[in-house]
Amino acid sequence: MESVLRAENISKSFGPIEVLSGISLDLKAGEVHAVIGENGAGKSTLMRILSGHLPPTKGALHLNGQPITFSGPVDAEAHGIVLVHQEILLAPDLTVAQNLFLGREIRRFGFVDDKAMRERTRSILRELGTNIDPDREVSRLSIADRQLVQIARALLVPHKVVAFDEPTAVLTPIEAESLFEIIRKLRAQGVAVLYISHRLNEVKAVADRVTVLRDGRHIATRDIEGLEPLEMARLMVGRDMSKLYPEKPETASDQIVLTVRDMAVPGYVENASFTLRRGEILGFGGLIGAGRTELFEGIVGLRPGHGTVTLDDRNVHFRDAREAMAAGIVYLSEDRKGKGLLLQQNLRINLSLAALDKFGRGSFIDTGAEEKALDQAIKDFDIRTRSRDLLAGQLSGGNQQKLLLAKMMLLEPRIVIIDEPTRGVDIGTKEQIYRFIASLAAEGKAVVVISSEMQELIGLCHRVVVMRNGRVAGEIAQADLSEDAIVYLATGVHEERAAEIAAGHA
Amino acid sequence: MTETVLPTRAEKRKFAIDMRALSPFIALIVLIIAGALINPDFLTASNLLNVVTRSAFIAIIAVGATFVIAGGGLDLSVGSMAALIAGVMILTLNNLGGGDVGTLAIGLLAAIALGAACGLANGLIVTFGRIEPFIVTLGTMGIFRSLVIWLAAGGTITMRNFELRELYRPVYFGSIFGIPYPIIAFLVVAAIGALILYRTSFGRHVVALGSNEDVARYSGVPIWRVRTLTYIIQGICVGIAVLVYVPRLGSATPTTGLLWELQAITAVVIGGTALKGGIGRVWGTVVGAVILELVANIMVLSNFVSEFLVGAVQGAIIIIAMLVQRSVHRGR
Repeated sequence: MESVLRAENISKSFGPIEVLSGISLDLKAGEVHAVIGENGAGKSTLMRILSGHLPPTKGALHLNGQPITFSGPVDAEAHGIVLVHQEILLAPDLTVAQNLFLGREIRRFGFVDDKAMRERTRSILRELGTNIDPDREVSRLSIADRQLVQIARALLVPHKVVAFDEPTAVLTPIEAESLFEIIRKLRAQGVAVLYISHRLNEVKAVADRVTVLRDGRHIATRDIEGLEPLEMARLMVGRDMSKLYPEKPETASDQIVLTVRDMAVPGYVENASFTLRRGEILGFGGLIGAGRTELFEGIVGLRPGHGTVTLDDRNVHFRDAREAMAAGIVYLSEDRKGKGLLLQQNLRINLSLAALDKFGRGSFIDTGAEEKALDQAIKDFDIRTRSRDLLAGQLSGGNQQKLLLAKMMLLEPRIVIIDEPTRGVDIGTKEQIYRFIASLAAEGKAVVVISSEMQELIGLCHRVVVMRNGRVAGEIAQADLSEDAIVYLATGVHEERAAEIAAGHA
Repeated sequence: MTETVLPTRAEKRKFAIDMRALSPFIALIVLIIAGALINPDFLTASNLLNVVTRSAFIAIIAVGATFVIAGGGLDLSVGSMAALIAGVMILTLNNLGGGDVGTLAIGLLAAIALGAACGLANGLIVTFGRIEPFIVTLGTMGIFRSLVIWLAAGGTITMRNFELRELYRPVYFGSIFGIPYPIIAFLVVAAIGALILYRTSFGRHVVALGSNEDVARYSGVPIWRVRTLTYIIQGICVGIAVLVYVPRLGSATPTTGLLWELQAITAVVIGGTALKGGIGRVWGTVVGAVILELVANIMVLSNFVSEFLVGAVQGAIIIIAMLVQRSVHRGR
């Protein structure tokens, strides 16, 4: 196969700091080339250099064998290199068609030609195997559909190289599977696909070759044949990762601390009931949009909801998070950047925000005590920060999650609800977070883990409750935990059939 | 991740943040030097004290505005509110009729209470009505303004009791150890404001709310209470400003406090507070208010620009301040 895009000894420095050093990468037509590495390994920087968002400090790019420099992402696009961003970058109030053609509207006599754009949108989306209505506003689409629209937008221009940056971060396994179909289709058309991820099972499923980065250096490039996820993890982290999940603590008791009966969150959840026991890790599985997040936001008073919530034999109703916290229940949002941390504020302010009452000296804040708590948190949670004065937004995803955990643990809760504990977190940090969750249960706290990663639910939880369409579809005991069991409850169909159905109506 | 080294980048960022906090002070020094070069009378103690005294009302109002803006809100009604409070306070004093300290005290308390009530109204409508603060305070701005016009029947509300006027006069014109009372009032308000914003949980909650309301809510910050309180603080500050303002002229007219909201917001923005919330700088605000008055003063003392264009220059300053803020922000 011929090489389309070749990077030769690429280095990138920001000031005196080298984040990439001497990376070479050869991208061939009709292959899916995965780039894996922990957060901060340099994947995104490499991606941004290849797609013209950043110029390399040293080294050269070759396109079809000719040396080339891109003046910017638009220039790279003009050469057929497109990047599908990790974040959803769409205007929520515009329709699908308007978003697809935003900035490159089809015009007729100087006016936008909505009809033509709508038709073109429909045909592109159909190629991607979906029939999203082109006139639908993006704000009314599910996250997965938004992702598809974003992909469609990237594929609108003629492309030789398509780069996906963590495309499945917000997708459920079934939605991810239909994305892989799209990727395979692209490959069959002779497009070179660059695929960045740290979900190794996906990489195994979709990639032809894998390049591993660690600390800005090239570690290995291997064919996927014979390269198992465990070996990938070892290459990424530089140590043996065979024990990702800790032993499940044997503290799950019969002592019920929280009972929820007939909980309803208007528009999202109906008739949800479950119990939570002391010392156990209770998983909540289901597809995105099944109402898991909304159920718990309703319970802790972050959304209007009604139902019977019994905490230690006492009926409670929380009107806001403050009341839930006072009762010993904390909820850690899946949306760390939007709802968990103040990205523009420093670590100290973030750490103490929820438990500010504990840092009072009279009516004033004791900054010294806050600093001490930060020292402690950095140590206890292994928050890796190059400076204490950093803003929360400057931390990597894994360290943000650790900071969020530290922040909520200051409240000394008895019940901890963690929504997508390892989303956007690299594998080394994942292991730390799992160990921490297990230790919470071992201390006798009750822990709820909401997760879309089935492996995580299976590896971590004592029991798993699965939701479907706003209702509790069923519960799986530890002995019966399997991906198939979760998928069955989440979709109502067995796994082999599920992918087909998802492809049909996604 | 390569987290171990990288000290230079952190230092750079720190420097940038300091720039944001320092820039109003640098601007102040530049203006003072410019003023001194333009007119030798500028750098006299009496002129400078006069400038700071004149900036006192705006400074006091702007301290309140710092809370509202740092919390992600906006209050356009402060100028009209000041006029209304001044009118009601004078009418109260006139109706009480006395010329003693007790009467004055009741009038002053009434002013503060009315300020707090106006702020409460703004705050409750914003929080419970879930309406943009821009719209809410645009509405109350019109309401307060027309109420004072109605109370004054289109004319002027004047303090009638001569003894009371004499008693009250020193609050604006008097001084202690050569420092005029209005300056003392504004320093005290600023000091208390800084203490509340920087050192209390409430202040921290204001900043959190302005940074990201969702994060504040998910962290258990009582956002409705905090937001309403910022507007009440704003109202109280307007009340205090009126206390200092009324003895200056002894009357309230339909044009009292006109465009004060522009000046207060300008002072806040010049001072380095982020208009989108999340950063509050009380001392910067104070400097911002002084800068505004200094510019006016320099314009009067020089002959470059007509003093009738003061408003235009102040308007230009807020735009420049925003541009500076943005470039500082980008630079990091």
